[in-house]
Amino acid sequence: MNDRKKRETFSVRSVVATGIGAAVFFVLMKFIAIPTGIPNTTINVAEGWLALIASLFGPIVGLLVGFIGHTLNDAVTYGSPWWSWVIADAIFGLLLGFGKRYLALEYGDLSTKKLVQFNIWQAISNILVWIIIAPIGDILIYKEPAQKVFLQGAVTALVNTLSVAIIGSLLLVAYVKSRPKKSSLRSE
Amino acid sequence: MNNLFGYKQRDTWINHTTGTAKLIGFLALSTMGMISYDTRFLLGLVVLAIVLMQMAQIKYREYALMAKLVIIFAIINLVMVAVLAPQYGVQLYGTRHVLFGTGYWTMTQEQIFYEFNLLLKYLFSLPLAIILLFTTNPSEFAAGLNKIGVPYKIAYSFAITLRYIPDVQSDYRTISLAQQARGYEISKKAPLLARSKGAVQIILPLVFASLNRIETISQAMELRRFGREKKRSWYQEQAFATRDIMMILGAAAVVIIGAILFVQNGGRLYNPFK
Repeated sequence: MNDRKKRETFSVRSVVATGIGAAVFFVLMKFIAIPTGIPNTTINVAEGWLALIASLFGPIVGLLVGFIGHTLNDAVTYGSPWWSWVIADAIFGLLLGFGKRYLALEYGDLSTKKLVQFNIWQAISNILVWIIIAPIGDILIYKEPAQKVFLQGAVTALVNTLSVAIIGSLLLVAYVKSRPKKSSLRSE
Repeated sequence: MNNLFGYKQRDTWINHTTGTAKLIGFLALSTMGMISYDTRFLLGLVVLAIVLMQMAQIKYREYALMAKLVIIFAIINLVMVAVLAPQYGVQLYGTRHVLFGTGYWTMTQEQIFYEFNLLLKYLFSLPLAIILLFTTNPSEFAAGLNKIGVPYKIAYSFAITLRYIPDVQSDYRTISLAQQARGYEISKKAPLLARSKGAVQIILPLVFASLNRIETISQAMELRRFGREKKRSWYQEQAFATRDIMMILGAAAVVIIGAILFVQNGGRLYNPFK
């Protein structure tokens, strides 16, 4: 019984969505940078993708995409993963995944109200993850000074919230437009 | 796909060790180094890693870019710590040996020692990670992860990621070139707004192509009954040889040394000021 339940939550489609999702997350993180005008601060396109994939496939896929994608990117860029930030990104994916059932993107209906609620939820998640979880991880795991990690966290939270608000919303709207509406077929 | 992490076939004992053993060794050493703030232990790890890197015949130019990035990253972080929390060392070590300066900007021996430790922490895992990445066939990672207890579906997701990163990269390049041919400028020459617009024009096709890919692959896997059994075997799985067991025992020995130092220091910090 327990096993069957597990199989339902992590189906073949979820396995593939996790794999491809993390691959795209990795490529976006590495190659695409949209400048904000402030030096060294770019809009993080990968977070927008993470928001879309989590909203489509649920919390477990979101968690794993954030985890695998961020770990690989750190490993290839810096040699080793910075675990507190990897965990933060994974939890961000998890939190956004909870919106899957409410948003129901596959049925092609995304009202303005839902889009606003999505953005409020992503802002809350970003703040929770980057101002609370990531800095506390930095302090506990790496013993870094609080002043520094909270400043870094606040900047990241702001940039990522903006990134998801722009890129994430754009992707959500574009995706929904590509889907047929639930009631698009009528009997005559 | 083998070029992504700089993996190359080399004829050394580290290359012949199985991915599982190297993964266990890397995770054990990097976790211990992450927790420990003992300078002697961290220095020992750096020396060990450099010796191993020599044995694996990895050349400097192969990882020069990575090393430069890590050093820049470390310097930015150290400067940030020095500016934002110049008295943090005093707070951690509980003593105060003033070198120069006054007030907020007083520079103490404790602060310098703390920042030196922090630098070691940023740098020590780089050689370890380079050894792991440069001597292990990426396909072995999935088998290794499964072997150390990660559920095989998650290990398989990871395998798919490694398999498809090059494909997604080439998709990205194709789309980027096609959009540039249509007049979207994404280089630094274009103004901000035009560049953002260009980036969006690349992201959208990439996203839809990838979502289609998810459907195609998952249908193909379902047709082949993926996920039917509770276990699966791996093409790249290798049996443990003596050197694998030796490597795991060696890693265990380092972890035990680290643990003994914890007890000796009465915590994670090594304090030479007492």
